[in-house]
Amino acid sequence: MEKRIGTSTTRLAHPPAVLSFAAVGGHMEGKGPLRDFFDELSEDNLWGQKTWEQGESEMQRRVLRKALEKAGLQPAELDCVFAGDLLNQCIGSSFSLRDSGIPFFGIYGACSTMGEGLSLAAMLVDGGYANRAAAMTSSHFCTAERQYRMPVPYGSQRTPTAQWTATAAGCCILGKEGDGPYITHVTTGKIVDQGITDPNNMGAAMAAAAYDTLAALFRDTGTGPSDYDLIVTGDLGRLGHDIVCELFARDGIDVTGNHDDCGLLLFDRKQQDMHCGGSGCGCSAGVLNGYLLRGMREKRWNRLLFAPTGALLSPTSSLQGESIPGICHAVVISNTREVK
Amino acid sequence: MEYARAFLCGGALCAIGQLLIDKTGLTPARILTGYVVAGVFLTAVGVYGPLVDWGGAGATVPLLGFGYALANGVRTAVSEKGWLGVLTGGLSATAGGIAAAACFALLTALLFRAGDKRL
Repeated sequence: MEKRIGTSTTRLAHPPAVLSFAAVGGHMEGKGPLRDFFDELSEDNLWGQKTWEQGESEMQRRVLRKALEKAGLQPAELDCVFAGDLLNQCIGSSFSLRDSGIPFFGIYGACSTMGEGLSLAAMLVDGGYANRAAAMTSSHFCTAERQYRMPVPYGSQRTPTAQWTATAAGCCILGKEGDGPYITHVTTGKIVDQGITDPNNMGAAMAAAAYDTLAALFRDTGTGPSDYDLIVTGDLGRLGHDIVCELFARDGIDVTGNHDDCGLLLFDRKQQDMHCGGSGCGCSAGVLNGYLLRGMREKRWNRLLFAPTGALLSPTSSLQGESIPGICHAVVISNTREVK
Repeated sequence: MEYARAFLCGGALCAIGQLLIDKTGLTPARILTGYVVAGVFLTAVGVYGPLVDWGGAGATVPLLGFGYALANGVRTAVSEKGWLGVLTGGLSATAGGIAAAACFALLTALLFRAGDKRL
């Protein structure tokens, strides 16, 4: 069976099974509507460590440990782990896995990292290159502020279009056999740049990439929005979400019925004063590896299209006047192995 | 009465800043630097001096006040030292404020730990 279909999609021949998943969150996530779907929550955003960066690594250590525990696996039984984060040189991930002894592929997809990691892990398992592979990522409000904008103690004001970087980590372990859900298709995004330069408005910058990848997936697989129980983008926020709906409406495709966004699900925007919603690698990872996958196991949804988006800018590129390139990695997760 | 004036003056300047954040695409950094430059400009054209007389700390504490101090400092230094005053005047006049910021920041960092943002 041909695995590559269309322009951008890989159809997995023997869809890998989700063996386990885990999510941990910080204090804002613990007050949000999805708080019951996290395996562990902490009021202390330092997670008992000395710095926030070390706190973020600690979140990854805990979420990996939890996912392994739920799958009944030892670290040595993982053939590899794909992990990345928003920090310079992805130190959140490398320091968390420093003592794990697990073969490590460091990746960077900004807020789309969960989709990228899941795509790569699924392809490795389907290709027989790994028996068990994990995909993991994290983000942290304080480390992201220091990384992209100003350190939190600077006390700057947030604009109405700003998003709140989630303090959360998620991990998903895939294997050849299991009860599911299963990863059936992977659509790898290409970089799309709309010429938007305002880093306080990333949702709008990434919306075009989400549209591009989802449109490619629909075309390649010959499916439409109604073939999925739920289509979830990463962290487009209110503004980005509306832009995607509008772009599809121009094609005569209505995605408003079953389209949601992790950035809008994770927090209660009104009660928690989140402005445009949540963002960060941990946003989509936290929502997928708690709320969404649990919902699939409970048969709330049987076919899920998970499409987190990332903004591939850096503080340097912004200062140099560059616009913000976006990317979206999509994964089809289904409760049955039957592949279209 | 002077407290009420300071409150109104400072409050109005801060409200303008908030409106700029909410209604325009100006980044906070640009608003801050814009305020300093505006302070210099308004002092040069003779508008800010009277505002300081009326509003007191409500005009000198916001960043326009920093521009006001810079502009006056340069003016004084130039009249005393000639062209060299262009370079020395601004920093001399604002030295107290800058040193206070650095000292209090260091003290705070020594005594307290940086907190997380709580809404």
